[in-house]
Amino acid sequence: MNFRSTAGRMVASIACAVSTLACAQNTLLNVSYDVSREFYKDINSSFVAQYRKTTGADVKVDQSHGGSSSQARAVNDGLDADVVTMNTTTDIDFLASSGIVAKDWPRQFPNHASPTSSTMLFLTRAGNPKGIRDWNDLIRPDVKVVLVNPKTGGNGRMAYLAAWGYVRKKGGTDAQAAEFVGKLYRNVPVLAKGGRDATAIFLQRNVGDVLITFESEVVSVEREFGAGKVDAIHPSISIVAENPVAIVERTVKKKGTAALARAYLNYLYSDEAQEIAARHALRPVNATILKKYASTLKPIDLFRVEDYFGSLAQAQSVHFNDGGEFDKLYTVR
Amino acid sequence: MLVVSAGAIRPARRVLPGFRLTLGYTLFYLGLIVLIPLSALLLKTFTLSWDQFIAAVASPRVVASYRLTFLAALVASLVNALFGLLVAWVLVRYNFPGKKVVDALVDLPFALPTAVAGISLTALLADNGWVGSLLAPHGIALAFNPKGVVIALIFIGLPFVVRTVQPVLEDAERELEEAASCLGATRWQTFRYVIFPSIAPALLTGFAMAFARAVGEYGSVIFIAGNMPMVSEITPLIIIGKLEQYDYAGATAVAVVMLTFSFILLMLINALQAWQRKRSGAR
Repeated sequence: MNFRSTAGRMVASIACAVSTLACAQNTLLNVSYDVSREFYKDINSSFVAQYRKTTGADVKVDQSHGGSSSQARAVNDGLDADVVTMNTTTDIDFLASSGIVAKDWPRQFPNHASPTSSTMLFLTRAGNPKGIRDWNDLIRPDVKVVLVNPKTGGNGRMAYLAAWGYVRKKGGTDAQAAEFVGKLYRNVPVLAKGGRDATAIFLQRNVGDVLITFESEVVSVEREFGAGKVDAIHPSISIVAENPVAIVERTVKKKGTAALARAYLNYLYSDEAQEIAARHALRPVNATILKKYASTLKPIDLFRVEDYFGSLAQAQSVHFNDGGEFDKLYTVR
Repeated sequence: MLVVSAGAIRPARRVLPGFRLTLGYTLFYLGLIVLIPLSALLLKTFTLSWDQFIAAVASPRVVASYRLTFLAALVASLVNALFGLLVAWVLVRYNFPGKKVVDALVDLPFALPTAVAGISLTALLADNGWVGSLLAPHGIALAFNPKGVVIALIFIGLPFVVRTVQPVLEDAERELEEAASCLGATRWQTFRYVIFPSIAPALLTGFAMAFARAVGEYGSVIFIAGNMPMVSEITPLIIIGKLEQYDYAGATAVAVVMLTFSFILLMLINALQAWQRKRSGAR
């Protein structure tokens, strides 16, 4: 998938060399996570049109998609991304730690550099035969839960933290949260590799009574693959999963695209882009637009990772790194 | 590494020119393709202290994954050795309509993207799949547990055994079998004492290749395994998991342990082969 964009840039640079016009570097590469393909396709065509209208210049935005952290590794190892748009802050923190992205990246754009966010919801079989309404239904012995392995997917990490935070927000202690999460994972027959894999296991393989996944995935499953076969369930409490963005300093310095990259990421906060996000079931930061789409993006009592876990990086080291809380669920009985 | 044809000819003076050039090229090529990436792996591992290394490669989850990976690979390649031999036998010794097609089918697991293999096997064996739905009422589940891992590994390993045994069977001298039969050997004795010793080295090679392939397989297994820690996580998944944590050194450490195991096992199989060849008196 990177091939096409590379070819595109090659063509662009050849065109530049031939025409000798001041057309240098008007192409951006947006390296993003797996399921944002359709969202950024819409964003890009709308950004290109808007940019032409305001500046008169033609620009092109190429996309590259894959698992969030493998994309971050590719950028780290030399993929010439101008901007990265990820679904977990740890992926951009990693790039910041190797100096490719500015250290203060969360302060470079509004709302911790996250123009959109998502949250974790449930999908049940049509009619919700097991009567699953909230997190505490998931630890009932008769319920089988499908979710993503937190070791291999950001989706799985968010589901885990959402369950843990549910107990904390209800006034429970960390010990009670650990016990709750332990019971929950005992009801998990399959740990999927990634978000789409989890959807396939739940929907096509017919495993489990409930799937925990991102709101955007829940909505698209409800609309497309599983219309009539599943019900979306909104739990009483869930987590804010930010979709952070950042400029890749290494690339924009080399290509001279800093201004364009900044314009592109700023555009994500415009009303137009926020509407596109809402239509793709991503929660926009713009409260008015969020309210406008309240029928799909229903109001839930949301908490932030920082409320109970310090930061996502801290949550990572306490819960998901080797020997952490998640490993203890399976190795200490 | 594994030489099938026994007894390399060693003349006093080499007849063919270019020994030095070709040897130099061979060493250069192996260095470029095999040794440089492997030494990069080792170098990355050396950034860990000994304690960190042990913590990375010997935690309970990782040890459980070695057990699953090597046991499943062993079972799968044993099954493949047996049934691959059977397939090769049928393809060489009998003529039947559609033989060419069957012969071509053997190579399909080579050509198919492994993820496709994994997804189709899962679709087939899950409780709502064609096969899985027949077995589910009897309480047999083949997908999302270690059995699924073995099945996926059998699938991807089959061609190795068939394709190594087939040419040796084709070259086997029928006269020997006829002679054995004339001397009063039963059909079983002919197979046991005449045919089997001549194909055993090839069978071992095929087994070793299927085994090595199975140990490293990721794409197909990941969809059918269920990936439960301590139960159905394969070692390559542990490596991916560590990469997801940006723990490059930990990931390479596990890879080094895996490579060492595999290398020792392949050496053992090589030695077994040499011993077998000597014992059967083959050249």
